[in-house]
Amino acid sequence: MVTVLGDARRARHVAEQVPDPELPMLTLADLGVLRAVEVGADGTVVASLTPTYSGCPAMAEMRAQVAARLKEAGFGRVEVRTVLDPPWTTDWITPEGRRKLAEHGIAPPGPAPRHTSGPVPLTLTPTRRLVPCPRCGSADTEETSRFGATSCKALWRCLACREPFEYVKEI
Amino acid sequence: MSDDHVYAALAEGHEDDTRWAYGTGFEDPLHGVDTAVPAGVDGAELAALCLELGDDALVSAQRLAEWTTRAPELEEEVALANIGLDLLGQARLLYARAGQVDGTGRGEDAYAYFRDAGDFRNVTLAELPNGDFAFSTARLLVLSSWRLAHLQALTASPDPVLRAVAAKGVKELTYHRQYAAEWVVRLGDGTEESHRRMRAGLRQVGAYLGELFEAHDAREEVLAVLGQVADTAGLPVPEAVPGDGGAGRLGRHTEHLAPLLEELQSVARAHPGATW
Repeated sequence: MVTVLGDARRARHVAEQVPDPELPMLTLADLGVLRAVEVGADGTVVASLTPTYSGCPAMAEMRAQVAARLKEAGFGRVEVRTVLDPPWTTDWITPEGRRKLAEHGIAPPGPAPRHTSGPVPLTLTPTRRLVPCPRCGSADTEETSRFGATSCKALWRCLACREPFEYVKEI
Repeated sequence: MSDDHVYAALAEGHEDDTRWAYGTGFEDPLHGVDTAVPAGVDGAELAALCLELGDDALVSAQRLAEWTTRAPELEEEVALANIGLDLLGQARLLYARAGQVDGTGRGEDAYAYFRDAGDFRNVTLAELPNGDFAFSTARLLVLSSWRLAHLQALTASPDPVLRAVAAKGVKELTYHRQYAAEWVVRLGDGTEESHRRMRAGLRQVGAYLGELFEAHDAREEVLAVLGQVADTAGLPVPEAVPGDGGAGRLGRHTEHLAPLLEELQSVARAHPGATW
């Protein structure tokens, strides 16, 4: 039993360190998409991943990387499963992940919108969202596009230092 | 293993080089998800619903992708492509679910690439040509409001897979609807020309509301959103014309669907057995 527990801890550590293909400064653990790593009685490692967006094209690569790294680490039988419930939100990004994003010039998300029941409200009045510039810290920033180079990011610019930057939008 | 680039692992492990293209290592998007059909759920009915929703998403995604290199600004191309990508992802999950529960065990490609127009069940509004940016925007507002309402209702589905797909879709569609709504306001409240075009776009879309509400009655939610947006934009609210029984859901399509599918399916059909 001690070995199985030790293996589980080691397997988890290996899977946690796999970088995200689109935000490579983050590990899958930082991004919060690695739901579980378990070792079965027969030694099979089962890693569970959840997608960020339905169409996230990085999902196949994440699965392939997790399997490849675990096999490199000596785990012969590896299975990577998809978990859809509960759906990922940006709240799953860890404090460490947020720190790394900011350090790499990407503004981390604020709290994910909460909505429980009834029609999802539409807001047409301009919403003031405070997204400080990850380079100079100024609060004088504006959105240039709500959609960016990957599903999870929006484009912003800083009006103080004039630099454009990316922002992981809340979902 | 090579760490030369972040997608290195995708280049490994494929079995047949002649049938494989780099970066297309797609596999079952529901791999490892518990695929059992819960007690009391009719597999055929669930599959039919997944196909309807999947077809709406796939056909919309294809039209949205056609805006790439043609939108008014680069930012809009990026936005429309992103919205299309979300819908494509939803379609993949829904097709995979349909294949699990309809008893055929078919994969997503069988549904996307190897069915003809008469087998598709998307609403006809989704297949209409893009027209101008105002028409496409009006259509996106209507379709995303309607789909958002439908998926939100399905977050209470007895099927746990559909429930999870819907819960994620709701988050994505909230962004799509917001994007379209802001453009309708900007164009409606813009120049004389943009106002004229936005008004025409909404009027054209209005003729398809009846079909949408026959397929899923989200009349209240959709008309509330349209009313709110049209008011802010200084535009008349489009009128819902009674439907003829939901033509798209019965496989009766406009002449525009077949050419769309021909393009979408051409590579897969030219290279049967290719891995995507």
